[in-house]
Amino acid sequence: MISTRQLAYRYPGGPELRFDDVDVAQGGVLLLRGASGSGKSTWLALAAGLLSPGEGHMTVAGQSIRALGKAAGDAWRAQTIGFLPQRLHLSAALTVHGNLALAQWAAGQPLQEGRIAEALAALDVQALADRRPAQLSGGQAQRVALARAVLLKPSVILADEPTASLDDEAAGASLALLRSTAQQQGATLVIATHDGRVGTFFKDEQGLQSLATGGGRP
Amino acid sequence: MKTIAFAWRYLWSRPLAATLNLLLLSLGLASVTFLLLVSHQISRAFERDLAGIDVVVGAKGSPMQLILSGVFHLDVPTGNVPLAAVKALESHPQVAKIIPISLGDSFRGFRIVGTTPAYISHYDARLAQGVLWSRPMQAVIGAQVARQTGLHVGDTFAGSHGLGGGGDVHGQTPYTVAGVLAPGGTVLDRLVLTATESVWKVHETDTALDEEDQKILEEEREVTLALIQYRTPLAAVTFPRYINSSTDMQAAAPALEITRLLNMVGVGTDVLRALAGVLLLTAALSVFIALWGAVRERRADLALLRMLGAPPRKVAGLLLCEALWLAMLATLLGVLAGQGLTALIGWTLQLEKSVLIGALSWPVELVSVPVLALGVALVSALLPAWEAYRVSVFELLQPR
Repeated sequence: MISTRQLAYRYPGGPELRFDDVDVAQGGVLLLRGASGSGKSTWLALAAGLLSPGEGHMTVAGQSIRALGKAAGDAWRAQTIGFLPQRLHLSAALTVHGNLALAQWAAGQPLQEGRIAEALAALDVQALADRRPAQLSGGQAQRVALARAVLLKPSVILADEPTASLDDEAAGASLALLRSTAQQQGATLVIATHDGRVGTFFKDEQGLQSLATGGGRP
Repeated sequence: MKTIAFAWRYLWSRPLAATLNLLLLSLGLASVTFLLLVSHQISRAFERDLAGIDVVVGAKGSPMQLILSGVFHLDVPTGNVPLAAVKALESHPQVAKIIPISLGDSFRGFRIVGTTPAYISHYDARLAQGVLWSRPMQAVIGAQVARQTGLHVGDTFAGSHGLGGGGDVHGQTPYTVAGVLAPGGTVLDRLVLTATESVWKVHETDTALDEEDQKILEEEREVTLALIQYRTPLAAVTFPRYINSSTDMQAAAPALEITRLLNMVGVGTDVLRALAGVLLLTAALSVFIALWGAVRERRADLALLRMLGAPPRKVAGLLLCEALWLAMLATLLGVLAGQGLTALIGWTLQLEKSVLIGALSWPVELVSVPVLALGVALVSALLPAWEAYRVSVFELLQPR
């Protein structure tokens, strides 16, 4: 679960960003909505343990973010957070399999072939294991990036603008995939977006939380 | 997969840049390897050929010329000295061993050296075939001479006047090959050795008009020089002075002359060393530019690694490992190319009957090649690695 109380953050020399309190149950969905520069990225960085709250409290998967040290933060993030960036950032130097192996390496884990095969199968991309990212379609690439995000069975999946520059059909498919993957994993899903279609897609979602960010720098 | 495996993939994801950097670094390291090998082998060749020779006595002239001609057989001698004068030195209290050397003729560019068997035993040379000479006009040939001329035991050949080949052939006085020396890596490998009397006989036969003439020539017999070993190290102080001031000959100390020679050659070596330095510096800059470009290009990928849980040192380590791969590969290529170049130069020198170098050797100084490669790679990678260390996950999160 994710819980915040009177959360605020101030960049050196910048205005203070204040965020409303949220309580998202494990397996729930949180939409971070706001225009570019409204603080969505800052909230995601706080949730990932990359920043420490200036004021207030934030607890993610039972861990107080304020209590995280730098080194412990890296290990915690590897185990707890799955991240789907706006640009997928699959390494062109590696195959699909290599990109997942890289994620295990980054998390300080030994190569676990079974886990990689499982993650690829869950996203239905096991047949693409030996392909390079350049040989994938947009949809295939997003599935691979999502397989990488859930490889270590995270408690929380952070998705940054997953529908940006996608047409309606592709955006719908992308969100459906995100929702079903998070549900399969039992993970809390946080989507940072300024795309109105995301809200529409999740409007009937049970336990949906929405947080509007605004003002200040990201 | 391990860091080194990912670094390998990343390195070759830009094949052109990787190949060019590898080539540049390898060229610099090959130059360093070449310099180290040639310096080492020339020093070793000089050491081997000089071993146990404390002073060379010969005709007055350039002392370095005397050493080069008498010990290394690279230059023309300064002249001849009377046999009697050299004989007189045999009984000198400071002289332990004296080896006469008579030069003047050659066979297909290889010098014919009139001497005594002491010359062969001085270098601990052993016979591969045949026996030592037992009378004049028998010859023992060095291993390189045998290989390049195809002469075997029992074959005959005629020397030609002069040391460079191409002079008048002494057809009336042919030599017979009595033995072939095993390769020893010393100057003997490229010499034709015979009794001193052979050299006298060849020239007296060719020049004496009658018996009386022959008698006069016998009384005026000369040798070219004498290699001398002292009985005591103290002789180094007094013996050369005695020769230079009390006789018509000169004494030259090989160690002194070779030090002078190496100092002169050292200028050339320094220029080559500077050139290798420039090549390495260029390689370092090129590796730096490539890695810096890689960090710039992959900032977001590196940020993603941080997001996936990689600590900053791990991300920086990936960059350093790329540089280490370059260093390792360049060391391998550079050392191989350096050895190849040395072998090529050695082969050329061998054709010119010059100093023996070129054999595959692994002097301890070669350790400096991987050390240099690592140094260049690490220095070049330091700033890019620091940049990778500092990469912020916000690279991924910034709105675009």
